[in-house]
Amino acid sequence: MKISMFHLMPYRDLPEDFEKRYRSVWVDPPWGELADPEKVSQYYNWTLDELLYAARAGLDGVCTNEHHQNAYGFMPNPNIMGAYLAKATNGLPVAIVQMGATPPTTSPPIRIAEEYAMLDCISGGRLVAGMPLGTAMDVNFCYGIPPIEQRERYREAHDLILKAWTSRDIFAWNGKYWKLPMINLWPRPFQKPHPPVWVPGSGSPSTWDLAVDYDHCYCYLSYYGWRWAQEMVDGYWARVQAKGKDRNPYRLGFLQLVAVAESDAAAERDYAPHVEYFFHKCLHVYNGYTYPPGYHDWETLVQMVRRSAMDRRRLFNLQDKRYPDFVREGNVIAGSPATVRDQLEEAIRRLRVGNLMVLLQIGSMPHHLTLKNIDLFAREVLPHLRPIWDDEGWVNHWWPQALRNSHPSSAAPKP
Amino acid sequence: MSTPNPIRGETLSVPALGNRLTVQVERAGTGPPVVFFHGAWGLQWDPFLEGLARQYTVYAPRLPGTGTDPNAIYQLDGLWDLVFVVGEVLDSLGVGRAALVGHSFGGMLAAEAAAHWPDLPRRVALIAPLGLWSADRPIANWMAVLHQQDLIKLLFLDPASPAVGWAFPTASDPQEQALLQARRVWAMGCSGKFWWPIPDRGLSKRLHRVRAPTLLVWGKQDAVVPASYAQDFARAIPHARTVLVEGANHFPHLERLDTVLPTILDFLQ
Repeated sequence: MKISMFHLMPYRDLPEDFEKRYRSVWVDPPWGELADPEKVSQYYNWTLDELLYAARAGLDGVCTNEHHQNAYGFMPNPNIMGAYLAKATNGLPVAIVQMGATPPTTSPPIRIAEEYAMLDCISGGRLVAGMPLGTAMDVNFCYGIPPIEQRERYREAHDLILKAWTSRDIFAWNGKYWKLPMINLWPRPFQKPHPPVWVPGSGSPSTWDLAVDYDHCYCYLSYYGWRWAQEMVDGYWARVQAKGKDRNPYRLGFLQLVAVAESDAAAERDYAPHVEYFFHKCLHVYNGYTYPPGYHDWETLVQMVRRSAMDRRRLFNLQDKRYPDFVREGNVIAGSPATVRDQLEEAIRRLRVGNLMVLLQIGSMPHHLTLKNIDLFAREVLPHLRPIWDDEGWVNHWWPQALRNSHPSSAAPKP
Repeated sequence: MSTPNPIRGETLSVPALGNRLTVQVERAGTGPPVVFFHGAWGLQWDPFLEGLARQYTVYAPRLPGTGTDPNAIYQLDGLWDLVFVVGEVLDSLGVGRAALVGHSFGGMLAAEAAAHWPDLPRRVALIAPLGLWSADRPIANWMAVLHQQDLIKLLFLDPASPAVGWAFPTASDPQEQALLQARRVWAMGCSGKFWWPIPDRGLSKRLHRVRAPTLLVWGKQDAVVPASYAQDFARAIPHARTVLVEGANHFPHLERLDTVLPTILDFLQ
C-alpha cells in the first residue's frame, strides 16, 4: 500500500450562515465579502507545514491539486506548492503527488510538461504526474473552455505532454487546439521514460478507457467516501478486465476523508464541527455549475439520463446530515485508531485500491488539530495498512521507481 | 443516435467538408425555399415550421452532432468551419437565393451566413439572435441551469404555454423521455462550442455586410437575450426592421405564434 496525504487548502473560517447567504462555494463566492488576506496568508503557510509534517511523519506522498475561484481549495497552480514540497522533502522517501495541473486549461500544455519536469528534477525523481480532466467549474466556468471541447483538449494535451517528455528529437506539433513549431523541453523529467501518470476522474467511461489503454493509474477523488464509491469503482475494474489488463490494485487511486482521535467519542468531540463544515459549506456548490451540457460525452450522458429515469433514488441532501450520518455513510472514516484501521482496511480491500490518498485536514480543522490527526494516523493507522497487498506480490508501477521499496515510516514503530 | 424527432417531410443527407461530415436536413412543404436554423436546444418540427411549410419549401439543417451522429460535432474546429458547412449545404441543396430564418443560436448562424455571402439570401429573419455582447446587458447562461423545469422558466414567459411542449416535447415511455432529454442536453453542448463562454465571435464586425432586407423579431420580455439587442442589430444591418413582440420571452415565434407567424410570412413575400 502507498498512502499519501491530500490537502485541498480550504478557507477555514467561512461565516456560520455561509451556505444560506451564498449560492456557491465555487466560481462566484465573493472574495471581498468573505476573505481576509491575512488569514489566507496563514492558510497557505499552514497547508505547506501540514503537508511537510505528513511527509516527516511517514506518509508515502503529499498531494496538491488545482482549483479556481473556490473557497474550499485555492491552489490555482499546484506546482507552486509542489516546488516548495519537492525541495523541503529532499532526503525523504516521499512522493510529490501533483493531482494536479490541469491540461485542458494550461496553454500551451507543454507548460505542464516543463513544470513537472522541474519538480521531478528538484525532487530527484519523486514526482507523480497527475493529469486531471478538470471540473466544469474550473475549466468551463472559470477558464472559459467550451464544455464540449474539454475532453478533446485533454486528449491532445495528454498526448503532447507524453511526447514532449519522451521524444529524443525536436518535433513540431500540429494539433487541433495547439500548434507548436519546435518542441524541445529543457528540462526533461528525471525519471525514465517519464514520471508515473495518475488520471483523476469521476466515473466517465472515456476516462477509464484512457487510463487503462495508456496504463495510467486511475484515481477516484470522491469526497463522499468508500461506500458511495463501490459501484463506480466496480465499473472501473470491469473495464480493466474487459481490456485484458491485470487486477493490480495499484491501478487504482482513491481519496478518503479520515479523522483519528483517542477514541470514537473523542473523534466526534474534536472533528464533528469540521466535518460538518466540510460537507455543509465546502461542498455547497451551485448545481448549475456541475455538469454543463457537453461536459459529458454522448455515451456517458445517455447512461446518466437513463439511470436517473430508471432509478429515482433519493438525492443525498448534505445540508440535512450531521456528523453521525457522515460517519455511518462512510463519507468520513473517523474514530479511534482501531475504528479507523478496521474501516480503512475494509474500504481498501473492497475497492481494491493500492494508492490511497487521505484527506487529513478537513474543512475548518485548525492547524494544531490537523497535526494531531496526521500524527495519530501516521503512528496508529498507517503501519497496519501498509502490508495489505504485499501477499499478492504486485509491483506498484505507478509509484516513482526509486521509492517503490522504501518505507518512510521509520518514525512509526511497526505493530 | 437513431431517429431524431419525427418530421412531416423527408430527411436529406448532405455531405460537407469534403465528405468528412454528413448534415441531416429536414425538408417539408412546397414553394420558394426558406432555410431555418434551429436554436441551441435542437430542431423540433413545431407549428411555426409547419406554418412556414404551408407556403414555402422549408429546409431545416441539423447542427452537426444533433443529427444521426453525435460525434459529428468533433469534425468542426470552430465557427469558421460551421459557417462553411452552412455554405456548402445550401449550395448542395441548390436553393439559390433562399430566405434565411434563424432562432437564437440559429439566428446568429443565419446572420453569419448572410454576412459571409451577402448575395446569398433573398431575405433574412432573425428571431432573438445571439451574436452581440454588451457588458451592461449580460446574456443569461442557460448552460448553467441543471434542471429542465428551471430552464423552461428561464426561456418561456409562461411555463404552461403550449410553446413549451413544442420546443421541449416529452414522451410517456421513460427510456424515450431520457433519450429526448439527452438529445436536448447534447444539442446545447454542441451549439455551446460556437458561443461559450460569451456569445460574441466578432459578428459585430461583419453585420454591415448583410445586404438582404432583414427582420428582427424579439420577445419584449426576453430574459435570455434582452430585447434591447434588437437595436444593436438594427443599427449594424443596413436594411433592418424590428418587431417587438408583447407577451413573449426567448421563443416569440412559438409563444406568440398567432402574431409572429403571419408577420414573418408577410415579410418573406
